[in-house]
Amino acid sequence: MSSGREDGGRPGADPVITADEVRHIAHLARLELTDREIEWFRVRLGAILEYVAKLNEIDIENVEPTSHVILMENVLRDDVVRPSLSRDEAIGSAPSSRNGFVAAPRIIETDDSGVV
Amino acid sequence: MHLYRLGVGEIGRLLRKRVISARDITGAFFARIRAVDQSVNAYITLLEERAHAKAKEVDAKIASGDELSPLAGIPVAVKDNICTQGVETTCGSRILSRYRPQYDATAVARLRAADAIILGKTNLDEFGMGASNEYSYYGPVANPWDLLRVPGGSSGGSAAALAAGETTLALGTDTGGSTRQPAGLCGVVGIKPTYGRVSRYGLVAFASSLDQIGAMARSVEDCALLLSIIAGHDPRDSTSAALPVPNYHDYLTGEVRGLRIGVPREYFAEGIDPEVESAVRDAIDHLAGLGAEVVDVSLPHTEYGVAVYQLVATAEASSNLARYDGIGYGFRAEDFDDLAGMYSRTRHDGFGNEVKRRIMLGAYVLSAGYYEAYYLRAQKVRSLIRRDFEEAFASVDCLATPTYPTPAFRLGEKLDDPLALYLADIYNTSANLAGIPGISIPCGYTGDGFPVGLQLLGRPFDEKTLFRIAYAYEQTAEWRHRWPELDIPVRRSADGV
Amino acid sequence: MEYEAIIGMEVHVQLKTASKIYCGCSTAFGAEPNTQTCPVCLGLPGALPVLNRKAVELGLKAAVTLVCDEIVERAAFARKNYFYPDLPKGYQITQFGAPLARHGRIEIEVEGQQKEIGIRHLLIEEDAGKLIHSEGESDVSFVDFNRCGVPLLEIVSEPDLRTPAEAHAYLAALKEVIEYAGISDADMEKGQMRCEPNISVRPRGYKEFGTRTELKNLNSFRNVERAIAFEIERHIGILERGEKVEQATMLWDERAQRASPMRVKEEAHDYRYFPEPDLTAVTLGRDLAAQIRAELPELPRAKRARFVSGYGIAPEQAAVCASSPAVADYFEAVAKACGDGNEAAKWIVGVVASAVNEGKWDVNAPSVAAEKLAALIRLVADGAVSGIAARENVFPAMLERPGLEPEEAVDELGLRQMSDEARLEAVVDRVIAANPGEVVRYRRGEEKLLGYFVGQVMEETKGRANPKIVNQLLRRKLASG
Repeated sequence: MSSGREDGGRPGADPVITADEVRHIAHLARLELTDREIEWFRVRLGAILEYVAKLNEIDIENVEPTSHVILMENVLRDDVVRPSLSRDEAIGSAPSSRNGFVAAPRIIETDDSGVV
Repeated sequence: MHLYRLGVGEIGRLLRKRVISARDITGAFFARIRAVDQSVNAYITLLEERAHAKAKEVDAKIASGDELSPLAGIPVAVKDNICTQGVETTCGSRILSRYRPQYDATAVARLRAADAIILGKTNLDEFGMGASNEYSYYGPVANPWDLLRVPGGSSGGSAAALAAGETTLALGTDTGGSTRQPAGLCGVVGIKPTYGRVSRYGLVAFASSLDQIGAMARSVEDCALLLSIIAGHDPRDSTSAALPVPNYHDYLTGEVRGLRIGVPREYFAEGIDPEVESAVRDAIDHLAGLGAEVVDVSLPHTEYGVAVYQLVATAEASSNLARYDGIGYGFRAEDFDDLAGMYSRTRHDGFGNEVKRRIMLGAYVLSAGYYEAYYLRAQKVRSLIRRDFEEAFASVDCLATPTYPTPAFRLGEKLDDPLALYLADIYNTSANLAGIPGISIPCGYTGDGFPVGLQLLGRPFDEKTLFRIAYAYEQTAEWRHRWPELDIPVRRSADGV
Repeated sequence: MEYEAIIGMEVHVQLKTASKIYCGCSTAFGAEPNTQTCPVCLGLPGALPVLNRKAVELGLKAAVTLVCDEIVERAAFARKNYFYPDLPKGYQITQFGAPLARHGRIEIEVEGQQKEIGIRHLLIEEDAGKLIHSEGESDVSFVDFNRCGVPLLEIVSEPDLRTPAEAHAYLAALKEVIEYAGISDADMEKGQMRCEPNISVRPRGYKEFGTRTELKNLNSFRNVERAIAFEIERHIGILERGEKVEQATMLWDERAQRASPMRVKEEAHDYRYFPEPDLTAVTLGRDLAAQIRAELPELPRAKRARFVSGYGIAPEQAAVCASSPAVADYFEAVAKACGDGNEAAKWIVGVVASAVNEGKWDVNAPSVAAEKLAALIRLVADGAVSGIAARENVFPAMLERPGLEPEEAVDELGLRQMSDEARLEAVVDRVIAANPGEVVRYRRGEEKLLGYFVGQVMEETKGRANPKIVNQLLRRKLASG
């Protein structure tokens, strides 16, 4: 059986995730984690990544991936305008809104010197 | 007479004969819920006022002799990850704690149009992520057969509500067994239809290529009826199949002669509880006795199902749950310095640990450098799992397997060993990966009196054959009238998350 | 050292649909904030996208228009995952790996030189919402979700452009065909066309590319040209100092006329693309493209060439007459009906174009029907009305009253020219008889006095005499005294 190395072989070669990787992923997923939580997740993610490495046992050469299980194609709608929600319905449940807009904290900007 | 124990047909007859009113039924169910739900915790939100209003409408229709839908006046519980207009839809999560959708899910709209009476929204593992219903922000659900045990998950609230007589019908959802497994552990009937059979519009996405709304009931007949109401093409879901829905009732004949039932040997491998195995084997023998032909088959990639599922489901979940960002709706943390802080604190505080774990795994397997090794590889193995089923269904009409390797386990028992919990999904996840339908029906009890489920898997869009076999079995199995005693008052254990 | 700039362009145009790409909300410009949204484009839990057929058709039309060699057999959608307040789902549904079409091209012209610019790919995707910042509140962004889900066509060029002028010409050519084929209104002021050039500089003759920077916040072609020029100079400056260009996204500051690195700290992008499970693939592209190709209108470049050779008009006139399909159709109808392409072109370039500019003429619904304008041109040719009167009096009257026939207008305005030679001869004779002194002077050689006589005839006839005939008569009579 193929070891899957031609795909990068990542799961087999380095199955356990590091704390830095967990930190990076937590950032990608916008989850604030304490160091204790990082460790908690590191152990659990490591266990499951180790487990899924078993997929490397299988020869997947010439196998097409499945992203949709039913083979439907060209599902299209006509270009017809339908009623929208009222503004109140649309943004009424936003945690913060003003003057018809949803309010969000501004993205922090730094000036050219990098000072916040 | 215990109204809460009746099936759809019986309630319908009593309504039409005007022996009882829809309001009587609704009242009886809320009385039952008040009596037992303190212990079971099946519901997150009760809709008593709305239910009575709807019952009044139904009674008016009956009084004026209008034609009635088969579900008119029938109580239904809706899993709380299915949108109900103007009614909290929490997904078992803090992040949607006060969220009220602007629209009804298509399945809910069809229930309303059929004059069913929605009693409330049922508890679940947060966003459907769990197999024990311990991962709900609204507390764990107890199994009515033993309040110290889990009901299964993630549709544990729906399954427990049925087992405890807190509803007649229930909607579940099934991404990796979430309808079938709790049905099995609570001794009720639950079907995961073929992917595309029931519209996903309004089903809050967990893993979009796997999710389906499931129909749950205490009998095969009621389950089939519920599915026939919610199934069918919906132009608002691009993956909804434009196929006619058969009248499932026509297939409840009790006749299974000539049908070929495959028994996949990989589903009876190590790890299965001996009592579960013997109950399931007895059920298969029983079907053979009814005239079905039982044959041994192999699904060689079964052992990879859980790994593929973990990768595919979490990848999709990591994307689907990105929308909970504290901007447009739902929970927003209060203490933050800037946008990035608002995002990550909101999501940290709003999601439970199991959900966070899955989001992170999903983000990881999609991230630069890992996509091919994890996600793409999993999607390829998924093709092999599908192929296994296609090959099996070339020679059999359905597959018979256990629903779950063990009976209901104790609350808290597996909280520290999530991997063991995932591995037990082995009989369930493949059907979602392949998109095929599966039903769980009760097939007996362990010595301690816990239900055991028989799972039947079928060809795509062939739910009718599953109902046919399930019905034939159910009508000839003698233990089907058992009810849990539910008399142990119990203090709920702590939040599992 | 001599340097060479390598410029590529990523352009987004809004596809001309009535509803959004994945839901039925309107795409109309200028609505009140957050009034054109629904569960789908707001990314509410449980809502699902359904692809707009028109967006696919317009995308394929662009593929045909831009001569794409490859219409992808199975165009698929993917999710691009990132967090931003204007992106309510936390991902953008776009195309990745399998865009609608690839390998197209477009011709540009700079200072008379033709050049072909390659198009790498075309894809369709959804727009995000709009963030608004108010001066007074530095810690809040206001979000308008109306633009969420507005269909966009992404056009990515090959790095074939070399100068700011070429970049400008590329955008102009792109805008022209996109508008012409009805794919987009491409109005930059309405955000219907946006472009992000990327620039790198290398010493001339080198094969390796330099480090790229991207330019954003460009709201006119002129700014694009200026910003690219600025950026090229900046790169060269850095290289000359022996330093390295850093990869960056540069924001153009129109007021300061300079680009500076984006102040928002950019994330290390990891978009975690994966196939969109909620949408099915589009496999009808090739058939549909073939159909569109058969029905595609003649494009401006070909049309201009045909006008020049077929109607014998000047290239400048052809440019105006072919400026939009509606104008071109009108021009051809007038030219055919009056039988004189040159005259028709003069009218389009002069009178009609000014009416359009003054907002008195809708090219899609001309106030003066082509046959009527042709009839007017014929009246001028026949001498029934003077060219000046036709332009300055008759045409404006027809513009005011669309039903009015040119003959009627000429008569109503009393502008019919006297072309009856016998009647004019009588007037000419009278004028000659009344001005004996001038006649003598004329015959002595003061030929400029002819104008005086013409003026007299015109006065007698209240300006209605056909000047051509009057001229002929006067010359003959004065000569033969």
